[in-house]
Amino acid sequence: MTSNGFWSMGGYARYVWPCFGFALAVLAWNLWSARRHLCAARLRARRELQMAGIDP
Amino acid sequence: MWTWFYKLASPPYVYGVAAALVPWFLGGAALALMYGLIAGLAIAPPDYQQGEAYRMIYVHVPSAVLSLTVYTVMAAASAVALIWRIKVGHAVAAAAAPVGASFTILALVTGSLWGRPMWGTYWAWDPRLTSELILLFLYVGVMSLRSAFEEPSRGDRAAALLATVGIVNVPIVHFSVVWWNSLHQGATIVKLGTPSMPGSMLWPLLSMWLGFMLFFAAVLCLRLQGEVLNRERQSTWVREAVKS
Amino acid sequence: MNVGALAAFNLIVRRELCLSFRRPDQLLQPLVFFLIVTTLFPLGLSLQLSLLRDMSPGVLWVAALLSSVLSLDALFKSDADDGTLEQLALCGQGLTLIVVAKTLAHWLVSGAALVVFSPLVGTALGIPPSAFGTMMLSLGLGTLTLSWLGAIGAGLTVGARRGNVLLSLIVLPLAMPLLIFGAGATDRAISGTDAVGPLYFLAALCVFACTLAPFAATAALRITLE
Repeated sequence: MTSNGFWSMGGYARYVWPCFGFALAVLAWNLWSARRHLCAARLRARRELQMAGIDP
Repeated sequence: MWTWFYKLASPPYVYGVAAALVPWFLGGAALALMYGLIAGLAIAPPDYQQGEAYRMIYVHVPSAVLSLTVYTVMAAASAVALIWRIKVGHAVAAAAAPVGASFTILALVTGSLWGRPMWGTYWAWDPRLTSELILLFLYVGVMSLRSAFEEPSRGDRAAALLATVGIVNVPIVHFSVVWWNSLHQGATIVKLGTPSMPGSMLWPLLSMWLGFMLFFAAVLCLRLQGEVLNRERQSTWVREAVKS
Repeated sequence: MNVGALAAFNLIVRRELCLSFRRPDQLLQPLVFFLIVTTLFPLGLSLQLSLLRDMSPGVLWVAALLSSVLSLDALFKSDADDGTLEQLALCGQGLTLIVVAKTLAHWLVSGAALVVFSPLVGTALGIPPSAFGTMMLSLGLGTLTLSWLGAIGAGLTVGARRGNVLLSLIVLPLAMPLLIFGAGATDRAISGTDAVGPLYFLAALCVFACTLAPFAATAALRITLE
C-alpha cells in the first residue's frame, strides 16, 4: 500500500472512508428498519386476528 | 397488459408481488453495488484535478439522484391515490418516504464531506445545496403530516396532497446548477450529448446508480408489504398472508 | 335568497374583516410579534447601525415570515371548530370561492398590515428610505404568496394534532424561495442596484400561487371536512 494507494486515498482518507462508511450505515439502516416494520405489521395483524377469535 | 395495471390496485396482489420481488432486487443490488465499489475504489484511475477524493462521487451522485427519484415516486403514487382513490398508492407513498429522506441525508452528508477538501467548506448556501435541504424538510413534513391525524386515511390523504404540491422542488434541485451561479458542478451524465466522463470512471458510477435503484426497489417492497398490511388488517386475505 | 358569486365573495370578505376587527388585540398580535422578532436580532448580535443595515433585509424578511406563519393557524380553525366551515362548504357557492375570499381577507389583515408597518421596522433596522418602495413591494408580493401557501398548509392541518407547529413545518420550507428573492430584492435596493430581477421572480411566484393554490387549498379542506 503506497502513500497514494488504496487506504490513504491520496491523503483524502479522512473524507473518503467516512463517506463510504456512512453510505453503508444508511443502506444497512434502511434494510433493518424495513424488516422491523414488516415484522411489526405482521405481529399487529396476527394479534388483531387472535383478538377477533380467528386463529391464523 | 392493462389488466396487470388493474391488478396493481389490489392490495393482496401487490403484497404477493412485493414479497416475491424482494430477493431478486436485493440480489441484483448486491451484484451492482459490489462491482461498482470494487471498480470505483480500486480500478478506476485517479482524477487529474481531484486526485483520489473524486471517488466520493460513487456514493454521492447515486444517493442524490435517488433522493429526487424517490420523491418523484412518492409524489406520483400520492397523485394516483388522490385522483383515482387507489389506496395502494398511499401505501407506496408511505413506504417510500423514510427511504427517500435517508437518501437525502446521505446525499447532504457525502456532499459535505466531499466539499470540505474540494471547496474548503463543509457547507455553502448555494442553490443546489439549499434546495436539496428543502427537499429533506419536505420529506419530514410529509411524514409528520401523515402521523398527525387520528384517522389514518385522513393522514394519508393530507400527506399525499403535500407530497404532490412539493414536487415543484424536484426540478428546482435538478436545474439549480443551470439557472443560477452555483458552486456545485453542472450535469455530466444526464444532459444532451455524450457524457463528459471517461468510461473507466463512468461504468462503476452507472453500476452504483443501478445498485442504489435496485436497493431502493427492494426496501420499498419490504416496507410496502408492511404498509399494505397495516391498512388492510380488517380484510380476509390477511389471514392467509400472516400464517407462518 | 339567491346570492350571485360576486355578492357571496363580498359577503365572506366582509364577514372575515368584521370578525377580525371585533377583536383588535388579536389583530395586533402578529404585528407586535413582527416588531419583537426584529428587535431580537440587534439585541442578540449587538451590532452597530451600519452593520445592521447589511443584515436588515434578511432580518426583516425572517421576522415577516415567522409572524405570517403564526397568524395562519386562525385562517380556518375557528370556523372548523364551531361547524361554520361545513356550512360554508354546503352552501352551494363552491368551496373554492370561499377559500379565495377567506384567504384574501386574511392577507388584508395580516400581510397587508405587515407591509404598512414595515417602514417603521425598516427604520429601526437602518434601512434607508430610498429602499422602502422595493421593500414594501417585495413584502406585499411575498406575504400574498405566503398567505396562499399558508392556506394550503392550514387546510391540511385543521384536524391535526399540534396543528400549529406542523403548519410551520410544512409552510416554511415552501416559503424559502420567497425569503431568498424578497431579501435579495431589498438588499439590492439598499445598495442602490436594480432590484427588478428578484422582484419579477417574486411576482412570478405570486401569480403561480394565486392561480394554483386555491385549488390545492380547496382539495386540502375537502380532505379535512370529509
